[in-house]
Amino acid sequence: MDWSYIFAVMVTSAFGLQAIVFGLAAIGINVQFGYTGLLNFGQAAFMAVGGYSVAVVVVTFGWSFWVGVPIGILAAIILALILGIPTLRLRADYLAIVTIAAAEIIRLILRSVTFKEIFGGSDGRQAFADGFFAMNPFPDDAALRIGPAVINDQQLFTYTVGWSLIAIALLVVWLLVRSPWGRVIKGIREDEDAVRSLGKNVYAYKMQALVLGGVFGALAGFITAIGAQNVNPDVFKTDATFFAYAILILGGAARVFGPLLGTVIFWALFQGTDVFLRQGIDAGLPIISLMDGTQAAVLRVMLVGLGIMLLMIYRPQGILGDRKELALDAR
Amino acid sequence: MPDSTQDSVSKKDQATKALADVPREAGASKPDAILVVDHVKRSFGGLVAVDVEHVEIQRGAITALVGPNGAGKTTFFNLLTGFDSPDTGTWMFEGRDLAGMPSYRVARLGMIRTFQLTKALSKMTVIDNMRLGATGQIGERMFQALFGFLWRGQENSVSAKADELLTRFKLLEKKADFAGSLSGGQRKLLEMARALMTDPTMVMLDEPMAGVNPALTQSLLEHIKGLREEGMTVVFVEHDMDVVRDISDWVIVMAQGSVIAEGPPDEVMRNPAVIAAYLGGHHDRALTDTGVSFTQEASEA
Repeated sequence: MDWSYIFAVMVTSAFGLQAIVFGLAAIGINVQFGYTGLLNFGQAAFMAVGGYSVAVVVVTFGWSFWVGVPIGILAAIILALILGIPTLRLRADYLAIVTIAAAEIIRLILRSVTFKEIFGGSDGRQAFADGFFAMNPFPDDAALRIGPAVINDQQLFTYTVGWSLIAIALLVVWLLVRSPWGRVIKGIREDEDAVRSLGKNVYAYKMQALVLGGVFGALAGFITAIGAQNVNPDVFKTDATFFAYAILILGGAARVFGPLLGTVIFWALFQGTDVFLRQGIDAGLPIISLMDGTQAAVLRVMLVGLGIMLLMIYRPQGILGDRKELALDAR
Repeated sequence: MPDSTQDSVSKKDQATKALADVPREAGASKPDAILVVDHVKRSFGGLVAVDVEHVEIQRGAITALVGPNGAGKTTFFNLLTGFDSPDTGTWMFEGRDLAGMPSYRVARLGMIRTFQLTKALSKMTVIDNMRLGATGQIGERMFQALFGFLWRGQENSVSAKADELLTRFKLLEKKADFAGSLSGGQRKLLEMARALMTDPTMVMLDEPMAGVNPALTQSLLEHIKGLREEGMTVVFVEHDMDVVRDISDWVIVMAQGSVIAEGPPDEVMRNPAVIAAYLGGHHDRALTDTGVSFTQEASEA
């Protein structure tokens, strides 16, 4: 067992690409679900809309990468409006059903043969981030070494931008939830009729929260597209949404820094167990060596499911949560 | 406060005087109606829950809406305040047609309601509940909310106003507590105080005494009378006839969705149609002898 390698993997995962992407997605869900009580089960669709916007703009249309960014944000806003207009007047569970279905519809359109010319079918789109890396201030030979792991200059730039986006997103959420606006959405989470009876346009507030969370989802989509230099419909499966929920609940819903703490711990553990299990198999550890590497990869996804269940049962408020102000009874 | 007592008497007298010449009949027209309702009908499937031909609410008076269970009082409240929409009908509040208006806009026009099952936001603090009630807050707009200096001043004045109301409702020492930690009666008080944060012209209270312990009932009653003193119009749903008799200037009786009688409390309680609605037609002979036993049985119901 190479413990230093396992440790290095955990550290790089805790602050790596996936941690950034799902951190942003979870911040979006925190605004929607954590503070407003909106069950958006289609965050993957907002990520897909963001990621595909930059990819398609460059590869299919040959425009600049930087045109793709505002288009992606605009597309996320439009998607939120389309999902919200029919459902936000209804009970919370309708939004959940509509968003999870819409996310799958969008993913299936992206991978369909009919639109292969535009979206690239199941292969997705690659090599579109040159415009982004042209801005890279890090020299070609810059590299960050954490034990055996090496982070190159392009990754450094992606991570810098990604963590900056997280910082901005957290700042925005922090400012909003401390404002009268935040008070209204927290009121809506608990009892929207009470808020309505005081003359607040509940529908408009819910729409604003849905749009804001969706835009954070699109930012997550940008980072995953840039970091992998690849968008692919299967990156945006329903799993992506539930990973983000797992992260939010782990860190603590309705806490500004919940998604941040959640994503760091989640990815350290998720990738750490993978390396640990693989090394355990190689070292012939008892029980663990009954599996092969592929099975170990599946096992850790099962462990995520088990982890969500245990959290919901024993600590529904997450690590940072306040039991008194529990967000998880969204009706 | 001798002054306010003086005031209260005069406001009460004013209301009584204004209503003195109003005919004691369902749908009677009032000298100064703040709310005029016409042909409001709401059915759930085959059941007609509310079918009100015509009713008017006198400005500046306390009007009680009574009736046996299932009479449609709460549904009528929901319809008037935009929480439900009727099949047909119009109603004018201060000359404005409210039909089809969403509930939040009704509230912004100054017609504020409370709920039978108290809707204090229990996971928010008492003071945050109060602040939520204030209208026209700059910081409640999403982009302005990001910049504290734009709304901080207004927030301070909102908080000062909230403190004032909390003092009046004897909840000031609870201001930092979660509303969920309050007793049932305190929640009713909080809900009423929060409604006042909106500076309403008309307050609709749906069973303000339900679940309130007797010690608090009296203070709640005083607060409701206080609303009239301040010139507000109050409509409330209540089952307890003693309460109705004590504070209301006018009583509207509903049964099976319709208004069946109107009048000052003492007169309306002697109305045979009202007694029949509460206790069934066969009971009237036994009960006309003792008005008291009617009141008791009705309050038990």
